[in-house]
Amino acid sequence: MAAYREACESGKFVVSGEIGPPKGTKVDNMLHHIDLLNPLVDALNVTDNQSAVLRLGSMAVSHEVVTRGGDAIYQMTCRDRNRLALQNDLLSAHFLGLRNVLALTGDHVSVGDHKDAREVYDFESVQLIQCIKKLNEGFDWAGNELEGSTDFFIGAVVTPESDPIEPQKLKYEKKIAAGAQFFQTQAVYDMDNFQRFMEYSHGVTEGTDVKVMAGLVVLTSVGMAKYMNKFVPGVFVPDSLLEEMASVPKEDAIKKGMEICARHIRFCIDNKVCDGVHVMAIGKEEIVPEILQMAGLA
Amino acid sequence: MIISKQKPFEEILESLKNDDTVYIVGCGECATMTQSGGEQEVADMKARLEEAGKKVVATDVAHSACHELDMKRILRQNKEAANEAGAFLVLSCGAGVQSVREGTGKHVLPGANSLFVGNVKRQMVFDEKCSLCGECIIDEYGAICPVTRCAKGILNGPCGGTNNSKCEVDSEKDCAWVLIYNQMKTEEKLDKFMTIHGPKHWNAVARPGHMDGRADDAEKGAS
Repeated sequence: MAAYREACESGKFVVSGEIGPPKGTKVDNMLHHIDLLNPLVDALNVTDNQSAVLRLGSMAVSHEVVTRGGDAIYQMTCRDRNRLALQNDLLSAHFLGLRNVLALTGDHVSVGDHKDAREVYDFESVQLIQCIKKLNEGFDWAGNELEGSTDFFIGAVVTPESDPIEPQKLKYEKKIAAGAQFFQTQAVYDMDNFQRFMEYSHGVTEGTDVKVMAGLVVLTSVGMAKYMNKFVPGVFVPDSLLEEMASVPKEDAIKKGMEICARHIRFCIDNKVCDGVHVMAIGKEEIVPEILQMAGLA
Repeated sequence: MIISKQKPFEEILESLKNDDTVYIVGCGECATMTQSGGEQEVADMKARLEEAGKKVVATDVAHSACHELDMKRILRQNKEAANEAGAFLVLSCGAGVQSVREGTGKHVLPGANSLFVGNVKRQMVFDEKCSLCGECIIDEYGAICPVTRCAKGILNGPCGGTNNSKCEVDSEKDCAWVLIYNQMKTEEKLDKFMTIHGPKHWNAVARPGHMDGRADDAEKGAS
């Protein structure tokens, strides 16, 4: 159950994938992806109402990942629950055998499909990290002693391409100070830039056990890359990659995207840039095994 | 001040469909500044309602519509019109509407939507900078309120949605956290930026708010 933490602590190059639960009850495809990826990765993230769009729950699907023999990274946002509900879910997740939590503030409801919902944000990511740490120490947020503490491996995110970067860096350092033990980055494409960020990061994490995994979203078309540049804050696909994607016929674009992703994984391994990768194929998880193979990881 | 915006006339007319006689109340403070219920707007509303076949029995622009004692006095002074009125249309914020509520048992309806507590940038341009949370913490943030000006009310730094210093929720709006960072940098207080802030005491004011400041020790009356 603590496979992901053990993998991180072993010093090996860690690989995680991602499962986006469906909007509804039809789970065949998702279960297929879980079974396909479980043997190949150290853990699978399960998103929590990603992009503020209602979906099947992260806790239930994380549990399914574990039941099927893998390890799950239970994503938890602060958008939909107050501190009572968050802690209740954390205790429930622990009861179900989940041991890795990725603490997120969460996309605003205005970008999702329930735009009139009241967003909560009683806590935000830094406070959620603190809260999980407290539960690990045997206390709830209010300071009451728990009958049995939790044992969570606490994760968080950082956006290396954030513009401006300085306040983002300070927040990253606050997350570490609050108790984050591992990080998955927002999608990175400019590997030189990422390497520079990681040089800064190594300075910050020196003397700690904090692990940082590069977030890699597989490009599937030139259009997708351009879309991300235009509409996804903190994501930057450099011109050289746009040109590379455009250099092949449309039907081969996904292959090119896989190649680029595998190359970036290799870059991280060969240059010891970071402690692992988090590979996101956003609904096209069936291509992930081949990417890992191309990168020499499977 | 309270920023309010007049409701669409059709909506007002629909709310008045069972009332033939209307008493219009405006406000000399905020609703005048926001042009939702000042002298001019009250006069315009009177003309439009009359055109739509309603009888406007009286109009009044209170000094401050939220002042309940004043409102009661106004309605007492205009007893005859108040008696004749089937409905009271209030062109002010919701506080003003409910002052009128205290002064009559009849149909009272809002003619404006209350939007936020706003700073006046220039004529008819307003920005929300304070959300009356009950416990001011902005000294920690270079006097820029993250509770109000960050769409997520984050207390510990920017989210991943910062986009060229703008907010992902609305690209026209500045990311509050970039403003806070820049201000703290100017003040050479970036070390303060690193303070980890716990969540807000969201119940610093028990809602609905009430304060009785008449006691010598005002603190005793605040709740």
